[in-house]
Amino acid sequence: MLGFLIQRILQAALVVLAMSALVFAGVFAIGNPIDVLISPDATQDIRAATIAKYGFDRPLWEQYFTFLGRALHGDFGQSFVYNMPVGRLILSRLPATLELTLAAVLGATLLGVPLGMYAGYRPQSRFSKAVMALSILGFSVPTFWVGLVLIFAFAVNLGWLPAGGRGATAPLFGVEWSFLTADGLQHMILPAINLALFKFALMIRLARAGTREAMLTDTVKFARAAGLSERTVLLRHVLRLIAIPLVTVFGLEFGSTLAFAVVTETIFSWPGLGKLIIDSITSLDRPVMVAYLMLVALFFIVINLAVDLSYAALDPRMRKGRA
Amino acid sequence: MSAPLLDVSGLETQFPTRDGVVRAVNGVSFTVNRGEILGLVGESGSGKSVTGFSLIGLVDAPGRIAAGSVKLDGRDIVGLPNDELRAIRGKRISMVFQDPSMTLNPVLTVGDQMLLALRAHERISAGDGRRRCVAALEQVGIPDPGRRLDSYPHQFSGGMRQRVAIAIALLHKPDLVIADEPTTALDVSIQAQILTEMKALARDTGTAMIWISHDLATVSSMADRIAVMYAGRIVESGPTATVLRDPRHPYTRGLLDSLPAIAQAGEDLASIPGTTPSLLKLPPGCPFAPRCPRAQPVCANEPPLAVEGDRTFLCHFPLGVRA
Repeated sequence: MLGFLIQRILQAALVVLAMSALVFAGVFAIGNPIDVLISPDATQDIRAATIAKYGFDRPLWEQYFTFLGRALHGDFGQSFVYNMPVGRLILSRLPATLELTLAAVLGATLLGVPLGMYAGYRPQSRFSKAVMALSILGFSVPTFWVGLVLIFAFAVNLGWLPAGGRGATAPLFGVEWSFLTADGLQHMILPAINLALFKFALMIRLARAGTREAMLTDTVKFARAAGLSERTVLLRHVLRLIAIPLVTVFGLEFGSTLAFAVVTETIFSWPGLGKLIIDSITSLDRPVMVAYLMLVALFFIVINLAVDLSYAALDPRMRKGRA
Repeated sequence: MSAPLLDVSGLETQFPTRDGVVRAVNGVSFTVNRGEILGLVGESGSGKSVTGFSLIGLVDAPGRIAAGSVKLDGRDIVGLPNDELRAIRGKRISMVFQDPSMTLNPVLTVGDQMLLALRAHERISAGDGRRRCVAALEQVGIPDPGRRLDSYPHQFSGGMRQRVAIAIALLHKPDLVIADEPTTALDVSIQAQILTEMKALARDTGTAMIWISHDLATVSSMADRIAVMYAGRIVESGPTATVLRDPRHPYTRGLLDSLPAIAQAGEDLASIPGTTPSLLKLPPGCPFAPRCPRAQPVCANEPPLAVEGDRTFLCHFPLGVRA
């Protein structure tokens, strides 16, 4: 177990390193941040001084190693645009995205899995067919459109919920969270629904397919023949049998939403990471981009590790003989 | 003679398909007395497994019991509401299946699965439940049962897995166990062990058994009486020794002749010409007629049910009877 963890941590370090090099070179190819940083009518002296200040006159590899050396000490540089340390900038945005993503992914799973299991258990019932129709809708309607419709319906016409922003926040562990205040929660509802819709549909489909398959197995027949109630069969046997694909998709969706909730965050002007990365790309804010994408790689590595560990917890057959 | 434990009469189980109605069980009648072992023999597709599932009301949808009755201690259990059937399953009639690696849930410990089966019919504390499970595993000859309770099915050998399944089936000391080819998936040496042990268990606990198998040899070593099924009907039934020594139905004769033990070394095994008819296109009258060496034009009419002492057969031209 310990060997497995060490191996994974080394792998993770390698992946993050490769990611940083790729992004560093890639961003350099996009354009020269100096054109964005200073106004075109600045004097030649100011221009030269700025270039020297950010080290743009050095060769790329030297810039990269300088960056790497500082990053190892936790210093990812200054944001060109916000003029503050990148680490602090990202950390200030992370909670907003984290709570929104968690709300969306957890909500989608906790609601989608039971509905999907029911649809797989009683595929012919009218309710199941309605659920499946809903899931097709969730798959095919684009996120930005749903976001606009939600705002139009619930914020503009009905006036029930706010259309954007995080609302009031309260501190926990020294960070500001929206979910701790009633106002913040209200602000979270619409963007969370918007983000959750696709995952909700995905969870319904996965749970339904797994349940339909599991209901035909001898395991379920044998459990029924032993007199187990349908409820026990579903909750104790079937749910455990279909858990692995559900956990896998949960992890993948959690990671990708955490990293790329851009559309929803933009529509609801939610001050999260997605919005930060889009802004930094348009303004060629290289330190932010590099650090952010390294962080995204790290998210996926941690989430995948958690998923792998939960496989072992869920399926005893995977505990032995793992590489 | 006292009233039988189980009295099945005129049982018909049908599956609607796109090409017509499949009558998998087509008017089957038999009785099982307390403590008696009835062998149900037939080729694949003869309807013996569906008969077993029909008895406990677990016919796979869209199949249904179209006619007939299944009386358990005189009370008809066909068409009982689901929760009343559930109260019978596992408690009064339980079932053991063919492949133990498919019937046990791979992701739950053996102890958890046994406890679920126990709690399907009893309110019992975890500690008492555990003691009952240990005793049940001990009864079926699993060494070190206290420790094995926390193992998963894949940590058992095939024979041991089937013993676990048998222990689950016997947990509530049922009146009847339906054993659907329980030794087919096992090694030959293990088969013999399980056969002997199950026979002894049935004797010791006074449990009646319906032993379903395609293998006349195993059935003959187990059963007090046998019933031979062909194309959804019982074509012959009677005490095992009598039927085997002196079969009345040409199909039973054919089955006996194809047993390897009867043939001389070097001689070809006898086989029944032709194949089992499709249940969608049964010939009129006797379904065995197209393969029968004794068939006459009159066989296109329904064969009469003959009763001769404690045996019955369904044939126009039975063997060994002077006309």
